[in-house]
Amino acid sequence: MNFRRLWSPQTSQKIMNVIFTLSGLFTLLILAIILGYILIRGLPAINFEFIFTNPIDSGKSGGILPMIISSLYVTAIAALIATPLGVGAAIYMTEFAENQKLIKFIRFGAETLASIPSIIFGLFGLAFFVVFLNLGWSILSGGLVLALMAFPTIFQVSEVTLSSIPSTYKEGSYGLGATKLQTIFSVVLPAAIPGIITGVILAITRAISEAAAVMYAVGSALSIPISLFDPGRPLPLHLYVLATEGVSLENAYGTAAVLVIIVLILTVGTNYIVERYQMKIMGI
Amino acid sequence: MKIEAKNLNVSFGESHILKNINMKIPKNSVTALIGPSGCGKSTFIRSINRMNDLIPSFQHDGEILLDGVDVYDSKIDVVNLRKQVGMVFQKPNPFPKSIFENVAYGLRIHGEVDEEYIEKTVEESLKSAAIWDEVKDKLNNSAMGLSGGQQQRLCIARTIAVSPRVILMDEPCSALDPISTLKIEDLIHRLKDEYTIVMVTHNMQQATRVSEFTSFFLNGEIIESNRTDQLFVNPKEKKTEEYITGRFG
Repeated sequence: MNFRRLWSPQTSQKIMNVIFTLSGLFTLLILAIILGYILIRGLPAINFEFIFTNPIDSGKSGGILPMIISSLYVTAIAALIATPLGVGAAIYMTEFAENQKLIKFIRFGAETLASIPSIIFGLFGLAFFVVFLNLGWSILSGGLVLALMAFPTIFQVSEVTLSSIPSTYKEGSYGLGATKLQTIFSVVLPAAIPGIITGVILAITRAISEAAAVMYAVGSALSIPISLFDPGRPLPLHLYVLATEGVSLENAYGTAAVLVIIVLILTVGTNYIVERYQMKIMGI
Repeated sequence: MKIEAKNLNVSFGESHILKNINMKIPKNSVTALIGPSGCGKSTFIRSINRMNDLIPSFQHDGEILLDGVDVYDSKIDVVNLRKQVGMVFQKPNPFPKSIFENVAYGLRIHGEVDEEYIEKTVEESLKSAAIWDEVKDKLNNSAMGLSGGQQQRLCIARTIAVSPRVILMDEPCSALDPISTLKIEDLIHRLKDEYTIVMVTHNMQQATRVSEFTSFFLNGEIIESNRTDQLFVNPKEKKTEEYITGRFG
């Protein structure tokens, strides 16, 4: 067969190298464009007053202190509830469950839970926590909804992490006469902590950015929430209201920038701590 | 502590791994278990400290007596048994913790809270395991940063720390270089005055270097047990002779 190449294999290789490299750089580009746009539009709105005072005129002017506090409050509640549950369920799956069918079924359940749209969680939160349990529009209701959303991620990441802990660690522990509980708490969990924390951060950075899930559960108060039963207005919800109701686009960008910065601090800060811990226990 | 197996049979599900094992291991001696891969040596020593209990399909029949008491007796507390019968594994398996905490771990899980006692015991154990000089200035560093040979000596120190009377070693040198192997063998020599040591090894030279007694396992049965010098010089069974002269295995 008389087949003439358009390019030599070496040239194809070079072309593909460029395409793959560009695909990689594209990821960075998207991030840079979104972050850059938000920060360029939002940073001018941010000053001491914006962060540390209450909003005036539904947010047309004034600050967003109650929103920052609401956000941190509901997210902390979500983390406090979802982390023990998720890690506990993962421990059950990796250390106790023996029925393979049940294990698969639970895993399938978690995957399904993770794929439910956040607005559905929001609606459920309204029906169950706000109305049925009569918790009202409150920080607690919002936190509980976010905990439900964060749970499957924490569970899935913890399960993968726990099952990757070498069984030789466990043997060493059992060989010294440790019980299963001692082995789990003193050997397995400390070794799994970096992975588990990564999962928790992944879950709560999603949670702190949620507007749809909390909008029917947390209320929309403009004052600083003190008690668990006070209503609040987390940053994403505030952003949504400012933008859709045309209150102040400028402050909407300011709010967005604050949210992005909080998420960045959470991610970068915990990554740093986790890496330090990892290096310490693995002797690198 | 002397060990005696009487008509021990072990199976995992359908496969019958150990068949009618009868064996006497005198106290404060080193006994080597030799034989080809899959012949049941590891299963045998894992029956002594009941590590096989962790495998759901494990079944056994017969007795393993430690100073006359069956380890499978319903009154035996496994936690206590494993405190008395320590184990060193094939691949060094320190915990991802500091060197100090690795050795202190056994004491802590058995309820020791006196920090002074723990410090003293950690130091003594590291000295007995001939690794103290190498690690004394970095006790708070992670054990994972040590070399393979150091890690294995640390694992021996970790085992010694809870004052066992028997130490089981499952091919303790198979993952180590020759120099580290020699160090561990030296250590085994010195430890036998205080402990009864049962060691699985693939390396026949090692068996002749460190052990006083040797048992040859083949397909789940003991073919021959004798003093090491006699078993290797003057084997009574044809299969033993074939194995030690390298005709199979």
